Amino acid sequence: MNFFADAIRWLADPEQWTGSYALPVLLGQHLLYTVVSVLIAVVIAVPTGWLIGHTGRGREIAVAVSGAARAVPSFGLLILLVLLFGVLQVPAAALVTFVLLAIPSLLAGAYSGIEAIDRRVLDAARAVGMTPWQVFWKVEFRLGLPLLIGGLRAATLQVIATVTIAAYVNLGGLGWPIIQGIPLRRFDEVLAGAILVAVLALVVDLLFAVAQRAAVPAGVRAVAT
Amino acid sequence: MTWIGANLGLILDLTAVHLWQSVVALVLGVILSVPLGRLAWRYRLVRGPLILLTGLLYTIPSLALLILLPAVLGYSAISETNLVVALTVYAVAILVRAVADGLDSVDDDVRRAATAMGYGSARRFWTVELPLAGPVILAGVRVTAMSTIALATVGTLIGVTNLGYLFTNGLDRRLIEEVFAGVAAVVVLAVLVDALLVLAGRLLMPWQRAATGRGRAARTPAEEVSA
Amino acid sequence: MIEFRSVSKTFPGGARAVEEFSLVIPARRITVLVGSSGSGKTTLLRMINRMVEPTSGTVEIDGASVLERDPVTLRRSIGYVMQNSGLMPHFTVLDNVATVLRLNGTSRRDAHARARELLGTVGLDQSLAERYPSQLSGGQQQRVGVARGLAADPNILLMDEPFGAVDPIVRTELQRELLRLQRELDKTVVFVTHDIDEAFLLGDRIVILGAGARIVQEGTPEEILTAPANDFVAAFIGADRGKRALRVEQRAHGTVVVDADGRVQGTLSPESAPASPGTTAGGMD
Repeated sequence: MNFFADAIRWLADPEQWTGSYALPVLLGQHLLYTVVSVLIAVVIAVPTGWLIGHTGRGREIAVAVSGAARAVPSFGLLILLVLLFGVLQVPAAALVTFVLLAIPSLLAGAYSGIEAIDRRVLDAARAVGMTPWQVFWKVEFRLGLPLLIGGLRAATLQVIATVTIAAYVNLGGLGWPIIQGIPLRRFDEVLAGAILVAVLALVVDLLFAVAQRAAVPAGVRAVAT
Repeated sequence: MTWIGANLGLILDLTAVHLWQSVVALVLGVILSVPLGRLAWRYRLVRGPLILLTGLLYTIPSLALLILLPAVLGYSAISETNLVVALTVYAVAILVRAVADGLDSVDDDVRRAATAMGYGSARRFWTVELPLAGPVILAGVRVTAMSTIALATVGTLIGVTNLGYLFTNGLDRRLIEEVFAGVAAVVVLAVLVDALLVLAGRLLMPWQRAATGRGRAARTPAEEVSA
Repeated sequence: MIEFRSVSKTFPGGARAVEEFSLVIPARRITVLVGSSGSGKTTLLRMINRMVEPTSGTVEIDGASVLERDPVTLRRSIGYVMQNSGLMPHFTVLDNVATVLRLNGTSRRDAHARARELLGTVGLDQSLAERYPSQLSGGQQQRVGVARGLAADPNILLMDEPFGAVDPIVRTELQRELLRLQRELDKTVVFVTHDIDEAFLLGDRIVILGAGARIVQEGTPEEILTAPANDFVAAFIGADRGKRALRVEQRAHGTVVVDADGRVQGTLSPESAPASPGTTAGGMD
């Protein structure tokens, strides 16, 4: 357990809290890349997913895309894009990688949320005189929200994991102490970095779990109990 | 294509190593998940904590898990074993759920009929419940296989050689072709393994060919996404 | 009054659900469209509120074609009760009943007050107001569905096999309630069912439909029972099985009514008025 004691000692060292590789800076970079890329992916994938779920068209393509995306190694994609963009454009290449990786889960969350709604409920919504927009907003959006948040959760965690690896191309982020420490055999630093990354992911996951639970409409939750 | 042509031997060697690491993790994952999944399915009290624990492990980013596991369990981080253990942990996280969901999907009438005919609980599990849970479990195994093969490349960051080596080496040498070859080899390998799994599913579950309506149930665990 | 004028419907893919259908549905009466599955009865019903658009022909309400009206406003002006209630799972009972009022711009407060009133009308306890559909029994859900259909006080109520999914005891109860409601509310009700007994019990007028929504016979229950148009109708209403061919027999303890097989189906009370067509069959079932 003295590995962990070393790691804690490293974390507590004031040296890690100042300078351009200070932990708060690394955390800030990690969060910034995650938030920006997930937001861009949301703008692209969520409306597309809703359209697919609403019309039922393009479903096969969406399923194929999210299935095939699983086989693509995120680390390889990152480095491929870094080389394609040129080594001076690392942040842009990384951002594109993160967006690409976030899209499949968001797409799946958006379309499966709408697809999972009982057709009879949608039929009834139309029959009582809801406009197409009201059917979407009051019924499809609301009932599909938990699965959409599930997709957002998966996408965000995927990006957090990939931002960690992206320290390898000098992007910064909390992966930096790990990537920097391994070749130098500085295991206190490596372990400290790993702990920080794990805690970040777990906290974000927890927040999403709470949001996902809160998004389930009370009447639907009542079925489960 | 000059680099690929000149290094075909290297690519094939790395692919073989990569396949070996992934398959060991996948097989270990299945072996561990069947009893764990059955436990989770039978005892509600076990299910919650077990799904929670594996879910938490699954949440931890791969690079962090590759450091934390050896630190906790006390073995060297820079080893093939470490990579295989981490991949197995991720596999178990997906598969325990798939096994439990699969057992959920078995028709209770069939289960009752088997019991009524005099099947004991263990025999019923192996000859009735597990095969009928097969389609859902297979869907989970396919997802796991794909994400395991893709994820294994991260091993190169802790000094384990596999197809991920083509990424780091390609970056160092600014060889787009090499990196591309690595990505393509991983995707091709994943697709081939997936095709083999589908084929194995057809051979092992011939009754499935008639009923295609299973697709919906089988897709549920596939909504998970590799981290 | 609702009038179908040579209405046809061909679904994409070529299935002809309705062919050249014409019918006048009288106001303030319950008209039952009865037929087996594939008779196009639900399609006909859904053409009244433009949930389905006719391929040719028109549907008119009080002389005005529905095709010239905005579908959304049209639907808000017509009550619709469907099988499995079709309630919004994420709305409370009260919000479900108030849906149409809210869509029409009634304030939440007024809509809820009216919804509470309607719960009483359909025989639901006020304590259910804040529950969700999933917390109600099938029969209760169906009552909420009826209350929702009545909320905007429409002249027309469309009912698509509304009691098809509830158990027989509850169904009988709901059928009686509907008859009671209709005595109070006097709506133009179009009711779709595949159950001929339900048709006889509820219908002022009955339209028996064959394949492609061809009208096999139309009339009051009495007309249909006493003069089935053909063998198909006779078989459909069960006349040939002796279920409806009842006769009076004198037994040791009084006068009984027996069917063709000689099984006692009921008793004959001396003071009973000439049986009204709507209750003859169902009351003895």
